[in-house]
Amino acid sequence: MAAAAPAAEQDVSAPEVKLVGIGKRFPGVIANHDVEVTIRSATVHALVGENGAGKSTLMKILYGVQKPDDGEILVGGEPRVFKSPSDAIAVGIGMVFQHFMLADNLTALENVVLGAEKLHGIGDVASREFTAISERYGFGLDPDVLVERLGVADRQRLEILKVLYRGAHVIILDEPTAVLVPQEVDSLFENLRDLRSHGHSVLFISHKLDEVLAIADDITVMRRGTTVGEAEPGKVTKRQLAEMMVGSELPSPEATENTVTDVVQLSLQDVTLTDEFGRNLLTDLSFEIHKGEVLGIAGVEGNGQAELVETVMGMRDANAGTIRLGDRDVTEWNTRRLREAGIAYIPEDRQRHGLLLDSPLWENRILGHQTQAPSAVGPWINRGGAREDAGRIVREYDVRTPGIDTLARALSGGNQQKFIVGREMSGDPVVLIASHPTRGVDVGAQAAIWDHIRRARREGLAVLLISADLDELIGLSDRIEVILRGRLVASFDPATVTPQDLGSAMTGGGD
Amino acid sequence: MNTLRRIGFAVLAPVIAVLIAMAATSLVIVATGSESGVGDFWNIILSKPSDRIMVDIVNQTGMIYLSAVAAAVGFRMGLFNIGVEGQYAMGSFAAASFAGGAFLPGFLNVFVSLVIAVVVGALWAGIAGILRTTRGVSEVISTIMLNAIAGILIGYLIDQYGIHGGNSVRTKVIPEGSQVPGWAPFDVASGEIWTLGLIAVFVGIGFWVLLNRTRFGFDLRATGASQTAAVASGIKVNRMVFISMLISGGVAGLIWMPAFFGDAYSYGTTFQAGLGFTGIAVALLGRNQPVGMVFGALLFAFLTAQSNSLTLLTDISASVVQITQGVAVLAVVVAYELVRRARVRIEQRAVAQAPHVQTEEVTA
Repeated sequence: MAAAAPAAEQDVSAPEVKLVGIGKRFPGVIANHDVEVTIRSATVHALVGENGAGKSTLMKILYGVQKPDDGEILVGGEPRVFKSPSDAIAVGIGMVFQHFMLADNLTALENVVLGAEKLHGIGDVASREFTAISERYGFGLDPDVLVERLGVADRQRLEILKVLYRGAHVIILDEPTAVLVPQEVDSLFENLRDLRSHGHSVLFISHKLDEVLAIADDITVMRRGTTVGEAEPGKVTKRQLAEMMVGSELPSPEATENTVTDVVQLSLQDVTLTDEFGRNLLTDLSFEIHKGEVLGIAGVEGNGQAELVETVMGMRDANAGTIRLGDRDVTEWNTRRLREAGIAYIPEDRQRHGLLLDSPLWENRILGHQTQAPSAVGPWINRGGAREDAGRIVREYDVRTPGIDTLARALSGGNQQKFIVGREMSGDPVVLIASHPTRGVDVGAQAAIWDHIRRARREGLAVLLISADLDELIGLSDRIEVILRGRLVASFDPATVTPQDLGSAMTGGGD
Repeated sequence: MNTLRRIGFAVLAPVIAVLIAMAATSLVIVATGSESGVGDFWNIILSKPSDRIMVDIVNQTGMIYLSAVAAAVGFRMGLFNIGVEGQYAMGSFAAASFAGGAFLPGFLNVFVSLVIAVVVGALWAGIAGILRTTRGVSEVISTIMLNAIAGILIGYLIDQYGIHGGNSVRTKVIPEGSQVPGWAPFDVASGEIWTLGLIAVFVGIGFWVLLNRTRFGFDLRATGASQTAAVASGIKVNRMVFISMLISGGVAGLIWMPAFFGDAYSYGTTFQAGLGFTGIAVALLGRNQPVGMVFGALLFAFLTAQSNSLTLLTDISASVVQITQGVAVLAVVVAYELVRRARVRIEQRAVAQAPHVQTEEVTA
């Protein structure tokens, strides 16, 4: 038996993987540029960064899903070109996606051999190999159990087993802890340490800094499409990492005069929102935004920002508290009524919430303003009015498109967003809710959108700005509130706040 | 994108699909070893229809079109109303029972019966709408089950209250004053084009206006295109689901009315079942577009009517045209997707060539 020992019974030696000057452009968006990462042999390497920082594009490049426009990938010192994931697997790079790719009605073994039948067949040899890997890394998986009976943590181990079975020495894990409870995270980390001690390397993608510090040997930080630095887990604090992630340079002081008035335009009083299981998503949230004021909401993603926006927009019903628009109580109002009353909304996910991708631009002009001039006259759609106004938005907001009959899908992210901003600023709004307004857009569009938000403020709108980009928050806001686990926990003056203060408040005060 | 090109894109997919369907049908005829051969088959199918068949094609086109609109109202909103079949059976039976009772004189009887057909069709679809909006039951499942229930319910009611004659049972024949005369374009023996077939024209125009010119139509299309964007734009999706089911069922209720008042005069063995499913196929073929579905309905009616001659003149079964129809629907779904992707690619290229493209590099 020893002579025919399966590969999994020997220690492996993962090759060093080096990404040199990787760049990737999509129409109008630079997803990656000048990315430099070195994954040393037999280490856990963490890649951290906010959503939209370019992590996912980078791992798709490393796994052969997308081809880089610039730069090269060196595996064990040799340059490699991956045309497809199978090329990546051939040199020992495997990936576990955040969303599991398992067939529920097959057994664990069947899921593993599916597509890799050539390696060890589908019979006893495959089963022995499965058991060998499972025992070696303490996965404790039974090859014959149906996947539908497995819990989340076991499914994840099965996914890892799947890539090990295919001979991966370098394993990419995309936000592996997002689906796990704390105890499961601990045991995952045990598994990862086992893998490391047997010579595997792990590329661990995350934005949970505690976890990164607990498991990583090396840390690379990404921001706005590029790697901005490396850190050693023993020497860096969580706060310093957070600063690197969101950018710590303070923007040059804006020469904008204070436009804040004393008229309250939008106010929340003790707003509480609970989910279907009765857990609080938002707890006793209160704030006021005056005319001509920008209130920035800072926070690590997933702390209630999306829920806050949806509650104000009437897409969710608050369980307690009052929302007032001017002097009217609008807590019970639905989305359309709020929009008619002059709330403009730049949604976080423009493709899912802000656009009809397969409709022409002029129809997208109508979206969200179906009941308002110039898009509608009574129960009728005013095509002429909508088309004309779409043309105006394209001109005034510098949307680069051949015309208003172009499908929204064909535009780049930045131009889609400029169109949305133009649409939402139409029809004399009184409140603007902007959720990550410049996420994933190129620098030119970003500057333009910032200008539009400043203009909105000058024109007396009350602006609620949610962003993960601290530069953006500090540069645009009159006041910054920090949201943590659905509560507002701190309030800062952007003129004096440092990103360190914000980072500390965002992560709950500790380092 | 100029108008010509847009029309080109719209026509391309169905033309490709019909060609593929013709090829597939030819292959099947060759493979099954018919004595008459492929040439004979297409000669008969593509020959000029006789007067009688021409009238039949027009009448069937109207009913198939109504059924297609009923399905399309749901499709445009992202709802799969498979229950058109049951809805028009219920609507037809209710209208036939009422009209047969002759409670009202002449054409008033016709008008009120039509209203009843619409209301009953809508209510039957509304059951699925309520289940979907309040309990989250997929309309696919509930409408299929409601089809079966409609069959059983009608069977029971007609057996209890219908007129038994021989080994068949039917509703009471409507009085002569409520029978709607048609128009015979040829000699009397070739049959009449039913006047109420005009309903299909009005419904078609109404559907076009609703979709393209009204706020409601915009909301409907927006919900179908992206439910998440619809919610964010202030559309109450549940309300839209319910109303669209009602409209879909209401239109379905009308499907058989031209035949009923023009020819059948009672609900019984004369009832033409199966139109509900034909309508779904035609809606897919016509891309749920008011104009596209006219051609789809015409094609289906034409193929079915022409195929009747096959049994007399060849050894090829008339059901072979069902292969043509089926393949056309399958092929058109694929072809539309390919054409859509091609269009997006071409547009993206056009966007990339738009003046002063962003070339600025990101500086971190």
